[in-house]
Amino acid sequence: MNREEITHLAALSRIRLSEVELTNLEKELSSIVAYVSAVSDIAADDVATTPNVGVRFNIFRKDEVTNEGDQYTKDILAEAPATEGRYLAVKKILEIGD
Amino acid sequence: MKKTIADLRSAFIAGTSTPVKAIEAALAVIKEQDGEIHAFLDVYDDVVEAAEAATALYKEKGNDTPPLLGIPVALKSNILIKGKRVTAGSKILEKYTAVYDATIVKRLREAGAIFIGATNMDEFAMGGSTENSAFGPTRNPVDTARVPGGSSGGSAAAVAMGAVPVAIGTDTGGSIRQPASFCGLVGFKPTYGAVSRYGLIAMGSSLDQAGPLTNSVTDAELVHNVMAGADPMDATTITEDTYSEVPLKETYTFGVPRHFMADGVDEEVLQAFDAHIELLRAAGHTIVDIELPLFEQGLAAYYIVMPAEVSSNLARFDGIRYGLSAEADNLLGVYEKSRAEGFGKEVKRRILLGTYVLSSGYYDAYYGKAELVRTMMRRELAETFKKVDIILTPTAPTPAFKLGEKEDPLAMYRQDIFTVPVNLTGVPTLSFPMGTVEQEGKQLPVGIQYIGPLGGDKRLFSIGKKVYDTR
Repeated sequence: MNREEITHLAALSRIRLSEVELTNLEKELSSIVAYVSAVSDIAADDVATTPNVGVRFNIFRKDEVTNEGDQYTKDILAEAPATEGRYLAVKKILEIGD
Repeated sequence: MKKTIADLRSAFIAGTSTPVKAIEAALAVIKEQDGEIHAFLDVYDDVVEAAEAATALYKEKGNDTPPLLGIPVALKSNILIKGKRVTAGSKILEKYTAVYDATIVKRLREAGAIFIGATNMDEFAMGGSTENSAFGPTRNPVDTARVPGGSSGGSAAAVAMGAVPVAIGTDTGGSIRQPASFCGLVGFKPTYGAVSRYGLIAMGSSLDQAGPLTNSVTDAELVHNVMAGADPMDATTITEDTYSEVPLKETYTFGVPRHFMADGVDEEVLQAFDAHIELLRAAGHTIVDIELPLFEQGLAAYYIVMPAEVSSNLARFDGIRYGLSAEADNLLGVYEKSRAEGFGKEVKRRILLGTYVLSSGYYDAYYGKAELVRTMMRRELAETFKKVDIILTPTAPTPAFKLGEKEDPLAMYRQDIFTVPVNLTGVPTLSFPMGTVEQEGKQLPVGIQYIGPLGGDKRLFSIGKKVYDTR
């Protein structure tokens, strides 16, 4: 795994990495990826017939209201780094007139 | 002297002790020892009232009280408890206050438990030593030069130093069992879905389960039973009839995958393991060799599936909704800088790894293949449980190692060799001490894993009580 790939992964992961971090990760991720590649040795002969033992699917519950309106609003907003009234505040992403 | 829940409760009922005294004793142990051990990230100072109420209730009703009334309990810092700081051991949640109770907290509370604090952990439960905590490592009370294991290392240390009779941990790839092994405790990882994950800070959602760390199997069963049960807030929780009944027996057939222990296991650990097997044989149980060839691929599959789920679950930490937020010129900058400043080394490593194995062009080769291995492992295990009742392995390949000893990530990951197949397949596992090994003049505990079939939690408690509690 090369530096360019790590840089791309960091961008996809939304994590800004320092030069030192990039250098370390280049080495560490390469050895981890080499290790986990052992899974490719498994023959994928009977994919379709493999039963899913021990997994549940499509569990539904009633769409019921479980709390009062505004019960948690104040507490949740109190955790947000920036708010305006009852809204989370974020940086502008559209420029008017572009 | 380490007390069990059963000891405390009998004393409360008999009137020879009270919840107030028990809480005072717990706080005294923390005050005396936690400066060095650092098991706790937060100690709650508002427990006296609850302890007084519990004391009064015992006076009035004695035995006719909820099963955990007045018992001091510590919670790993990735379990939400309303109005308290919950950090997941991360700088990104350093100032986060939970706005609701996890289902398990609600159930423990209803059973009368008194929460006395939040325990240290590897950041977002990623690690096997508690050295990855953003708030500094925890030390093993058995030997403070050594780690308590991880990621539930703070919970294990809290019980091992005698502050609490039970602490709750979470186990994604061994994070309850390996610290239990390192600290000489009982640790239980339930059948996947037996315990609700609602209100746990998610790491690998298809792997995570919460469970107790205790001084006896009886206590572990009691606490597990309080926490377990279907929950409408977690669609993966199971009911009594999800799996066919796993019968209890007088004597069991134990399967031992010898081939799986051929490499990288300490000689003394193997000796303790063999001694335990002789003990089982002497008690009339049958021991047979089994082959689980796919288990050898388990660690590789785990270090694909888990980071993939980590990279998705930790996408929610963006500097916008809660947690640390860094200043930047634009929105993307806020995301990138908040995550850069808020996450530690191991967390970044796993997010990048997860992003890699899920990315276009690599998905089939890694994630797809790992999920296939996982399905085949489940089938292999189901076949094996037609022939044996319980599978045995050491919990960890070594006793507790020293702080700073495992710098290389892969060396740390290899600690999980015996524990991760259990999470990948969802089966229940009980770990308890099988003996000690001597290193540098210290007797270090080592644990054994009893792995049961899906839904076989009761069988593990039943045999565990016979073998360990009556030792």
